[in-house]
Amino acid sequence: MSFEWPWQYNFPPFFTLQPNADTRQKQLEAWCSLALSYCRHHKLYTLDVMEAQESPMFNNKKIERKLSMETIQIVFEELRKKGNLEWLDKNKLRCLVMWRRPEEWGKLIYQWVSKNGMVNSVFTLYELSNGDDTQEEEFHGLEEWMLLRSLQALQTDGRAEIISMDDGKDRFIKAL
Amino acid sequence: MDRFSWTNGLLEINETLVIQQRGVRLYDGDDKAKMDVGVALLSTHRLIWRDNKNHECCIAMPLSQILFFEEQAGGIGKSAKIVIHLHPTPPNKEPGPYQQSKYSYIKLSFKEHGQIEFYRRLTEEMTKKRWENMPVSQPIPTGTGLQAGRTRAVGIVGIERKIEEKRKETDKNISEAFEDLSKLMVKAKEMVELSKSIANKIKDKQGDITEDETIRFKSYLLSMGIADPVTRETHGSGTHYHMQLAKQLGDMLQAPLEERGGMMALTEVYCLVNRARGMELLSPEDLVNACKMFESLKLPLRLRVFDSGVMVVQLQSHSEEEMIASALDNVSDKGSLTAEEFAKLLGLSVLLSKERLLLAEKMGHLCRDDSVEGLRFYPNLF
Repeated sequence: MSFEWPWQYNFPPFFTLQPNADTRQKQLEAWCSLALSYCRHHKLYTLDVMEAQESPMFNNKKIERKLSMETIQIVFEELRKKGNLEWLDKNKLRCLVMWRRPEEWGKLIYQWVSKNGMVNSVFTLYELSNGDDTQEEEFHGLEEWMLLRSLQALQTDGRAEIISMDDGKDRFIKAL
Repeated sequence: MDRFSWTNGLLEINETLVIQQRGVRLYDGDDKAKMDVGVALLSTHRLIWRDNKNHECCIAMPLSQILFFEEQAGGIGKSAKIVIHLHPTPPNKEPGPYQQSKYSYIKLSFKEHGQIEFYRRLTEEMTKKRWENMPVSQPIPTGTGLQAGRTRAVGIVGIERKIEEKRKETDKNISEAFEDLSKLMVKAKEMVELSKSIANKIKDKQGDITEDETIRFKSYLLSMGIADPVTRETHGSGTHYHMQLAKQLGDMLQAPLEERGGMMALTEVYCLVNRARGMELLSPEDLVNACKMFESLKLPLRLRVFDSGVMVVQLQSHSEEEMIASALDNVSDKGSLTAEEFAKLLGLSVLLSKERLLLAEKMGHLCRDDSVEGLRFYPNLF
């Protein structure tokens, strides 16, 4: 299924940072949701800022408009404030995109666990993300770091326990 | 002291400076003259005195006026003096500091000494009577004319002196040139008075003079540009002047404003007003100050400053909302507009049309698209 662009994507002013505060607010929200849905659609979990500027996400070749680097940074900052983005380096060149926040993932996973009556059983991370049983689930194919964070969020909530083996390599989860 | 005449202090051709002495005070007979201490100069033709502080105050008397003179020794608290007795005033004497005097002698009081040398030179000149042999003609500027015994300086000092002289000459030329202008202005004022009085007389005698002639006469006045302009002089400077000016502008600008859709940039107003006035032009300051008074004088005009600093004069009846609504319509019609396109559409100047678009954007009706192609405005679909 090809990605469906929102109407703003073909509206040239969308690519100019609006000076009017109200208009700008709406514009940035639209950009945030576009960025997140694009990443979700293409299962992108990390972004390289330089590449992003040239990717269709921020660059609409059809109307010959693209976001300036400044504005991209502003959009990313908005995402970060909302908890959907995390910088991987100090120079803000690479970032993690969490088009679902860890808490949201955690909830989904727990729902699946309890739906299948597997509370109090123990899993490996691999089972969760790549097991046959989870094929249908959205969190299937979730990258390990993301999965781990989601489970950590669950752990904070008291809904799961992460058990590490002595060699620190394997990890097990017990849903509570 | 009534033998002296005002002079510009310049030596004439064939006239040479003999000696000059600072610290000289003049006496009219036995009374101190009204001037301060100054410099006394003796030339081959005249006795000149110049005020120390105000170099404009310079008077001279031909040496032929001198009957005889004598020294008066100084004493304790009194400076040495030279008393000069004078012939009666000739009938064609140029005006001077004193119209008349009861004395026919003057005194030079030497506060900084030098009377001995001065007396000696004066005696010499009065003996030689060089002015009789060397008639003076057109005066030529000799720089300051005061540096007696100025050696022909060479080198840098000489160059510097020459530059200084030139500068002083230029200064003098400029003030002379403007002298004529101020004389002209005085004459112009007289003319205005005259025309006004004639106009009034015509008004009074309305029955005797035909309408036709009155109209003709008034048109002559108008063509001379004397339709009673509000001048700084007639109304003084400051707020009173600006108030009158504001009223005049209020009348004048109604029609042009309506033609241009109710708004004109202040620069356009400036050009329009000054072109109409012809003389007694307005300075930008005066225009701005007058415009600021529109509101307090309850005139139907307003001075308005946009965020960008552009100042316009607009009719009070001019509604901003209407303008913005119509701007939105225009933009929606065409999908998008640049400031230039909008200006062309409305027949406004680009400056004003841009202001209008920016205002609409501020209100949230429009949004902008800034690219290498330029700045375009779209209806705000966000």
